[in-house]
Amino acid sequence: MSSETSHAPLGFWRSHVFSTDHKVIAKQYLSLGLFWALMGGATAYLIRWQIAHPDTEAPGWGFIAPDFYNMLVTMHGTIMVFFVAMPILLAAFGNFLIPLMIGAKDMAFPRLNMLSFWVFFLASVVLMTSFFVPGGAAAAGWTGYPPLSAKMEYTGVGWGMNLWLLALALEFASFLLGGVNFLTTAMNMRAPGLTWFRLPVVVWMQLTAAVIFMLSVGPLIAGAVMLLMDRIIGTTFFLPEGGGEPLLWQHLFWFFGHPEVYVILLPGLGIVLDVISVFSRKPVFAYRPIIYSTIIAGFMSFIVWAHHQFISGINPRLAMPFSITTIIISVPFAFVIFSMIATLWRASITFSAAMLFALGTLGVFIFGGITGIFNGSAPVDIYIHDTYFVVAHFHYTLFSSVFFGGFAGLYFWFPKMFGRMMNEALGKIHFWLTFVFFNSVFIPMHLVGLRGMMRRIANPMQYEFLKPLEPLNQFITLSAILLLLSQLFFVINFFMSLARGKAAERNPWQANTLEWTTTSPPPHENFSTTPTVHRGPYEYSSPESAEDWLPQDQPLNAPRAAAR
Amino acid sequence: MSNWFPENVSTFGGDVDSIFWLIFYITTVWFFITEGLIVYFAFRYRRKPGGKAAYVLGDTTVQLAWILVPLAIVVVLDLVIDIRGAEVWAKIKGQPPPADVTVRAMGKQFNWGFTYPGPDGKFGTEDDLQIDNDLHVPVGKVVHVILTSKDVIHSFFLPHARLKQDVVPGREIPAWFQISKPGEYEIPCAELCGFGHSGMNGKLYAHSAEDYEKWHKERWPEGAQQTTTKG
Repeated sequence: MSSETSHAPLGFWRSHVFSTDHKVIAKQYLSLGLFWALMGGATAYLIRWQIAHPDTEAPGWGFIAPDFYNMLVTMHGTIMVFFVAMPILLAAFGNFLIPLMIGAKDMAFPRLNMLSFWVFFLASVVLMTSFFVPGGAAAAGWTGYPPLSAKMEYTGVGWGMNLWLLALALEFASFLLGGVNFLTTAMNMRAPGLTWFRLPVVVWMQLTAAVIFMLSVGPLIAGAVMLLMDRIIGTTFFLPEGGGEPLLWQHLFWFFGHPEVYVILLPGLGIVLDVISVFSRKPVFAYRPIIYSTIIAGFMSFIVWAHHQFISGINPRLAMPFSITTIIISVPFAFVIFSMIATLWRASITFSAAMLFALGTLGVFIFGGITGIFNGSAPVDIYIHDTYFVVAHFHYTLFSSVFFGGFAGLYFWFPKMFGRMMNEALGKIHFWLTFVFFNSVFIPMHLVGLRGMMRRIANPMQYEFLKPLEPLNQFITLSAILLLLSQLFFVINFFMSLARGKAAERNPWQANTLEWTTTSPPPHENFSTTPTVHRGPYEYSSPESAEDWLPQDQPLNAPRAAAR
Repeated sequence: MSNWFPENVSTFGGDVDSIFWLIFYITTVWFFITEGLIVYFAFRYRRKPGGKAAYVLGDTTVQLAWILVPLAIVVVLDLVIDIRGAEVWAKIKGQPPPADVTVRAMGKQFNWGFTYPGPDGKFGTEDDLQIDNDLHVPVGKVVHVILTSKDVIHSFFLPHARLKQDVVPGREIPAWFQISKPGEYEIPCAELCGFGHSGMNGKLYAHSAEDYEKWHKERWPEGAQQTTTKG
């Protein structure tokens, strides 16, 4: 497929910048995603400072005016969902893992792959630019509800909002290209013997996420174009004074928005299942039903969207059907969670940094799944909608997938990506600090929400009923700052290991999947000879093998490939 | 744990809270079972010298039953939550009881504009009264609020009454409540509505019958004695 790639050494620009190698593109997505994570963290810091110490100067920044505060909350959500979670979980891990795990030389469309990254890069530039235009960045919330987002006079934001829409449209185009590539690659380029049900779960989850994304994003792109037209050429799709309908946007947004939640959740769960299996030395419990559950959850994600709109003014009779589908969607996810726990049963567990983060994902995600039941119940939502309870809930689900899951994946595949080992001790410190401070930020945040504190208010001290929450809010902010500082252990570890980490052998974790059969890092075109697959990905502690692992490509009764 | 919420002062607030606690008790049990198992397994099955993991695929009916039985319990509990919840939802957001008092509320950047129909009980007549941010209602009476917006989406939030309803321009959305205890309660806006969103806050004055009568007389000194209106 990648016929244009030659074995002649490529120049710096072709091999490191405008590369068509999926591994280089994965690292580009990872780098850009981690850069945006710093921006997301910085916005979180300023938001938290303003809530805990309203109208005082944030150390290192200064005074946070209410309109700037609205830009912060808008950009925090936009950045974290679209410019951190998507590029890291989907694009970086998907790009890196799919060809390697299926034994392919590269993606099906390497140049399309390169294009998808550079479109995403352009989206990043546009989003960054939007901070610096007159009127500032978008300030209508990451959900961009019109009419607030549709007319400049309502927010005072001009081109910032247009650029925000443009950046999202570009980013969606980028991930559509990526999704097409993921699917085509996995459908056509699997190594001999690698049937669908011998694929690692993480590949299944990536593919399901790609399909969900492709099917859901269309309506939102249409909505984004309509909103842009409302802003620029004076149409009134979402403006009632011209016969438009504000709620139409909410339907289009959440028809995409809820599947999108699973788009960034599934790859995280996939990573966790793989990591748990390796460090438990045990097959993933109920592999096939997990895949069926994933597909069912993917389909169901298209019929739950109005649970974001129980009190938005939709016909109240619509609420109960959506409440029922929402609570039912907990069933396939409960299956996956129970399977993860069952995988630990009678295992032989090594607590590496990757495994700690994987178990952390599991523990934290359960909490987020449980609080989702409260939100999904329409009557309870009347009270907790648009409060910090909801904010705390989705951080439990998304932070667990994106950060705990993402870190599990990074600690696990770093040796394969960069050819060097990360420092395990620093990794474990990083885990424990992250775990403790994450919970001390977000458990109290539920309580703040139950006391009624609304999202996106710049100053809770303007409300009598919220004044008693000041000490709790200050505790949360302090914990959030410590949570951010804890990430320094990762940053230091990452760069130190990159420069001076111990050289990684092919298969440092004694894992079964195909990426571990090639060198660390893999060469251009990945495998010296295309591997042949004999079994599923999780044959750990199999009675067929004397050791507690059995690589997918190893024929039975044959000596293991000598090359290490 | 009773101070987890603001004091409830509406007739249906207790129903909302009861569904919350129903879910809370069910999920707390699940939380401790699942997290407990993770911690127990992590400790019990940590790697030991010479130890080997069991080769369990989870593909037999007996093994799967360990997951499917808990899953079936989850489904049943989900349905219990939904059925109980449906009643409360219908009570609050379904057909409201007949109004004793009707008020119009208009969200506008960044105030609540309340319009009272006056003694004639009709809106759009000369005795209408408009006040920004102050909502006066009698305790124990069914109050209908007709919600409109002048500009963007706002959300009418009465935390002490467990009521929230988005206010959408171009629509008239009805909401109702019945306050059970006299006092002053806040009416924040719960939907981001612009740079003044934070601080957009009205006040609900829930008067006893006599106080409400007094307030009404002050506002409409020569008005009729009729204090109830048809919505």
